[in-house]
Amino acid sequence: MTSLKFPIFMDYHSTTPVDRRVLDEMIPYFTEKFGNAASRNHAFGWSAEEAVDQARERVAKLIGAQSEKEIVFTSGASESNNLALKGVAEFYKEKGNHIITTVIEHKAVLDTCKRLESEGFEVTYLPIEADGRVSVEKVANAITDKTILVSVMLANNEIGTVQPLAEIGKITRERGVLLHTDAVQGVGKTAFDVQAMNVDLASITAHKMYGPKGVGALYVRRQKPRVRIAAQMDGGGHERGMRSGTLNVPGIVGFGKACEIMTNEGVEEAKKLLALRERLRTRLMSELDEVHVNGSMEHRLAGNLNVSFAFVEGEAMMMAIKDVAVSSGSACTSASLEPSYVLRALGVGDELAHSSIRFGLGRFTTEAEVDYVAELVIRKVRHLRDMSPLYEMHKEGIDLTKVEWAHH
Amino acid sequence: MAYSDKVIQHTENPKNVGTLDKEDPNVGTGLVGAPACGDVMRLQIKVGDGGVIEDAKFKTFGCGSAIASSSLATEWLRGKTLDQAEAIKNSDIVEELDLPPVKIHCSVLAEDAIKSAIADYRQKQGKKQADNKA
Repeated sequence: MTSLKFPIFMDYHSTTPVDRRVLDEMIPYFTEKFGNAASRNHAFGWSAEEAVDQARERVAKLIGAQSEKEIVFTSGASESNNLALKGVAEFYKEKGNHIITTVIEHKAVLDTCKRLESEGFEVTYLPIEADGRVSVEKVANAITDKTILVSVMLANNEIGTVQPLAEIGKITRERGVLLHTDAVQGVGKTAFDVQAMNVDLASITAHKMYGPKGVGALYVRRQKPRVRIAAQMDGGGHERGMRSGTLNVPGIVGFGKACEIMTNEGVEEAKKLLALRERLRTRLMSELDEVHVNGSMEHRLAGNLNVSFAFVEGEAMMMAIKDVAVSSGSACTSASLEPSYVLRALGVGDELAHSSIRFGLGRFTTEAEVDYVAELVIRKVRHLRDMSPLYEMHKEGIDLTKVEWAHH
Repeated sequence: MAYSDKVIQHTENPKNVGTLDKEDPNVGTGLVGAPACGDVMRLQIKVGDGGVIEDAKFKTFGCGSAIASSSLATEWLRGKTLDQAEAIKNSDIVEELDLPPVKIHCSVLAEDAIKSAIADYRQKQGKKQADNKA
C-alpha cells in the first residue's frame, strides 16, 4: 500500500493542481520567452505568438472546434460567461431580448442574467427535474420569437449531472437560437464536441483541468452560423476585437498543454475515476444507512459523488474529517447562510441539503486515498449520528416531517 | 471558518452526549431548532432533591459550533440550581468558545435549549405539586 499524504484533496470541482507536464511547458514563457504576443516585429513577439497559436489549436482540438480562430482567450470562466451572455445580448438586442437558462447554473451565469434583466432583457430560468437535468421539452417550449440565446451548462459543479446538450443543440439550431454552454466542469471529463452538439459558444477554464488559474477561453463559432459578440473590454483589439488585453502567454501555454493531455488521456482518466468513485460510493452505501445520492447516477461526471448523510450536518462532518478536503451544501459553509441552491432546485429537502457532502475525485486520487476516506467517513458519520437527536428519533420510528419544529 | 481551539476540543471530545429518560418527573427536556434550518439541539437536565441539577445530557444535529455550545452548556449546568442555570446567557457561551459573529445563533439556540429544559421540568413538577417558588 502506498503511504498517504495529508491533507487529502477530494475537492477537484473547486480547482485542480497544475500537472507537472503543464508547468514544465509554462516555465520558459516567464523568463527567456517573455515576449508580448502582440509584438509583431521582433523575435520575442514571434515566439510568444507561436506558442499562443499552438495553445489555441490544442484548445480547439479538445472541444471539436473547426478552427483555432474560434478560441478567444480570457482570464477564466467567469469572464467567458460574462462575455458570452453580455456580448450576445448586446449584439443581438435588435433581434430579441429573451434569454433562457436553468436555475442550477453557476453564479457567473445567473448573476450575469440578473444584470441583463436590470437592463431590460427577459430571462427564463428553467427548473431541473428530479435527476438534476433540465427537460429538453421545457427548453423547446420556452423558446419564443424574442429568444436570442439559450445557456445551459455541460455539467453541474455541485452534483456533477451532465445535461442533454446534444438534444438541446438540435432544437436551438432548428429554431435559429444561439446555444451557449458553461462547459467548465465537463470539458475533457465527459463527451463534449461543439460540432456534434451544435454549441455556438462555450466557456472553459484551465484550472479545472490541471492547468493554471487565471486563464480560460470562450469558444465563439465562426461558421454556420457566424456568431457575433460585442466586446466587453475596450483596448488594443486583441483576440480579433473580442477581448482586449495583453495575452497571458505562460498561462495560455499551460492551458494548451492541459487541453492536449485531456485530449489524449481524458477518456482513460474518466474510466479510472469512475471505478474509484464507485468504490467510494459502494463502501459508504453498504456500511451506512440513510445515505442519499443527489442527482442522476447515470448522467454524471465520473469524479463526482454528492451524497447526503441524513441526520448529520455537513459542516460538522467536514470538521470531523478535517484531514480530507471536501465541500458541502450546508448553509453553515456558505457566506449566505442558505443551503445550496442547486440541491434546493433538485427538490432535496433543506434538511438533506444541510447534510450534503461533495466528494470530487481527480487525476491524482489514489485507491489508498479512497479507502482511507471511506473508512474515515463511515466512522465519523456513526460518531456524529450517535450525538444526533434526529437519528435517535428516526430510530425510534418518529416521522421527523411530522414533528412541529420551532423554525428560527 | 477557522474554529477556536475550544470549539475543536468540544466537537472532538464532546462532554455529556446522551439521553435521559424523558418520562422521569425529575428530568426536563428541551428540544429546539429545526432540521430545515440545519440545527436541532436536545438538552436534558436531571434535577436532584435540593433543586440542584445533578446530570445534564445533550444530543445535537448541527455544525461544530452548535455541538460545542451544547456540550459546554451541559458542563455548566451540572451542579447549578435552576435559578443559576436560568441565568446563563448566550453571550457567556460566545465568550467562552470564542464564537465568530456568524455562529452566534448557535449560542442562542443553546440558551433556548436550557430555558426550554427548565420550563419542561417545572411544568412536570407543577403537575405534581405547587411550584416551590410560588
